[in-house]
Amino acid sequence: MNTKNMTHGINLENLDRSQEASHIEDERLAIRVENLNLHYGPTQALFNISMGIPEHKVTAFIGPSGCGKSTLLRCFNRMNDLVDSCRVSGKITLDGENIYSKKINVAELRRKIGMVFQKPNPFPKSIYENVAYGLRIQGVKDKRRLDESVEKALKGAALWDEVKDRLQENALGLSGGQQQRLVIARAIAIEPEVLLLDEPASALDPISTLKIEELIYELKKQYTIVIVTHNMQQAARVSDYTAFLYLGEVVEFQDTNTLFTNPGEKKTEDYITGRYG
Amino acid sequence: MNNWFKSGQPWIWLNAGAVSISLIMVFGLILLIGVRGLSYFWPSNVIDARYVLPSGETTRLVGEIDSVESIPRVQAESSGYEFDFESEKLTRYLIKTGNRDVTGADFQVVFADFVQDIKYPENLLVIERHEWGNFYGFLRQVKENGQVVAEGENARQELEARLDRATELHDRIMDIQKGEIGSINYQLERLRLEERALELDDELTPQRQQELASQREALNAEYETLRETMNELYGKIRRDSIVAETMSGRQIDIPMAKMVRIYYPNSMGVPGKIGFYFAKVWEFVSGEPREANTEGGIFPAIFGTVMMVLIMSVLVTPFGVIAAIYLREYAKQGLIIRTIRVAVNNLAGVPSIVYGVFGLGFFVYFLGGNIDQLFFPEALPAPTFGTPGILWSSLTLALLTLPVVIVSTEEGLSRIPRSIREGSLALGATKAETLWRTVIPMASPAMMTGLILAVARAAGEVAPLMLVGVVKLAPSLPLDGNFPYLHMERKFMHLGFHIYDVGFQSPNVEAARPLVYATSLLLIVVIIALNLSAIYIRNRLREKYQALEGG
Repeated sequence: MNTKNMTHGINLENLDRSQEASHIEDERLAIRVENLNLHYGPTQALFNISMGIPEHKVTAFIGPSGCGKSTLLRCFNRMNDLVDSCRVSGKITLDGENIYSKKINVAELRRKIGMVFQKPNPFPKSIYENVAYGLRIQGVKDKRRLDESVEKALKGAALWDEVKDRLQENALGLSGGQQQRLVIARAIAIEPEVLLLDEPASALDPISTLKIEELIYELKKQYTIVIVTHNMQQAARVSDYTAFLYLGEVVEFQDTNTLFTNPGEKKTEDYITGRYG
Repeated sequence: MNNWFKSGQPWIWLNAGAVSISLIMVFGLILLIGVRGLSYFWPSNVIDARYVLPSGETTRLVGEIDSVESIPRVQAESSGYEFDFESEKLTRYLIKTGNRDVTGADFQVVFADFVQDIKYPENLLVIERHEWGNFYGFLRQVKENGQVVAEGENARQELEARLDRATELHDRIMDIQKGEIGSINYQLERLRLEERALELDDELTPQRQQELASQREALNAEYETLRETMNELYGKIRRDSIVAETMSGRQIDIPMAKMVRIYYPNSMGVPGKIGFYFAKVWEFVSGEPREANTEGGIFPAIFGTVMMVLIMSVLVTPFGVIAAIYLREYAKQGLIIRTIRVAVNNLAGVPSIVYGVFGLGFFVYFLGGNIDQLFFPEALPAPTFGTPGILWSSLTLALLTLPVVIVSTEEGLSRIPRSIREGSLALGATKAETLWRTVIPMASPAMMTGLILAVARAAGEVAPLMLVGVVKLAPSLPLDGNFPYLHMERKFMHLGFHIYDVGFQSPNVEAARPLVYATSLLLIVVIIALNLSAIYIRNRLREKYQALEGG
């Protein structure tokens, strides 16, 4: 099958992706997952997952609904801690440290691993305050520094030109796509190492989706990006590596080109050719 | 018919009917209270008539027709009257004749059929007095130091001029009494307590004693000069008096010092009456009560009500909000929390008098008693906080309204979308930071809703207050110019209790009844004003955090 023709009229070459096959073995890893198991109460949601997330690349998780891709993503910044019945065993290391060890300060961890959610969730505050939120939490009070960071983050999220004249207006007045970019700006304002995107474009229209995808391409120069998506074309367009999850297991984890053009597993092939999911 | 039922029309009519009935009842209530309460201040004409009984006995009637009612003839006959005409119904007037000092009663009940020759004499004088209620009659002479200075036509102008002087003097006397002398007494009391405190701590050195004595000396000297001024003023105010004739023809002496205001209702035009009306309303709202609360104003009661509600709000909001945050955000949702929640909800259904009993037993006697032991031993055995007061009333009502605030705040918190919390947490905020910076501001409109409900309930509550701090007549407001300005231990007056007291406990129920309506109206106005200001604040908050609507 030909991935190049699978897109919404967006040619993969336009995204200037390096076409030569890259190999996960050659990459430096930002996050390492070892034997990760996760239970919600009595049911197990993730089974013995081991993988490495390469640095400064885009890694996509694909798979049918309920396969555990969002759950896995939320393990990286310990968002699953919020669920009372959730138990995690195994290891996830960031910079050589197990993020599930008792010594880890969860708030600090989340500063290193930012996250953007499915639906845009700006705070009911001004655009400026939304972006400055994470910095204020860290105790930054210097007006000049805040201004600079806000501008940089908004530029980074390709939103600056649209909102520079109305920074003090309520963020809820922005369109859905703008809101999602604002949320990305909010996340990158605190300069994390890793950015987790949980179906960031699923609630948006095609134009906004395109903008977000272009943005992801820009952002990977600075950040390690993990994206969960329902949309295989999107995964094919934006990611360097793709993991296919099915029923809580990683079935296949490959560089994107290989996975889409020459999947190693029967299940992967069935999924990407649309036999289930 | 069957089709009509199926169409849903009857259901709509039923709903609309229920709404209309509720509306009619609410407006009817406000209308009744409004009309009865507001008409009280209108200066109605005063009649001068002859009352001729069938026996031939004739008396003179001077007074205002207070109310008219129709009674069955049998009822009148059973009380010993005979009638020489055929009629099943009789009209009966209740006439306010005033002059309680002369006749012993303010009101007289007469049958309309026996009232003859009704006239409205222009020179009929009404005097509102500081004591003994209204006087109705005719002005004969004006006297200065017992010597007649004016008679007949001149007397009227003379009286007006001299009364202005007398009221001015009266105001000054009251100012000195309430303000300066009150302040000196307060300071003397504090000195006494200070001395006693030093004595209790064995630190009353002769030197300290001397200092206190000299301070006391100074205050006493100040008091002496004030007293001299007062005596002088009293002498001046006693100078003038009038001689007036009552309906029975008796001439009595009325000192001008005793008069509040005079007017000739029958000679007043409509503009004059309107002016008089608003002056009376203003007096009612801003003045102090007179004559066992049945005359004058109710300012202390308005002040007490508002202040008690404000203190209660300040107490209940943080309490309720913190409790709700714990229940909703921190506590592990399980059987215990569910039980607590049910218990909190049930607390809202406990009769308020029970809270009053609890407040008296726990706050006043236990807490207050211990506070006195610990911090005010110098005043014992006289209690400072160990007696009902505004603080304990506010606390009792705070307890009473706590469930409302908890429930609304919890509801508000539960409506904050999970995505917002996650968004904040994902930016490295701790749970506490997320709460402070995002969740609580967004839930603040719900907290205000809780407070609005609490205020509405607390402002109308009377029963528990009777046990923990409300009095018929408080000598001073809980807020005044004497340090520390806010006197939380003082007793206070309350509009709700005022209604009860004036309506049912006053010696002159008939005279006080319109006042009950007027006070009720004012209570409603105060509650509406408190509520509107809270609603205004809530709407401002809502505008700011409108995200809730979108979810």
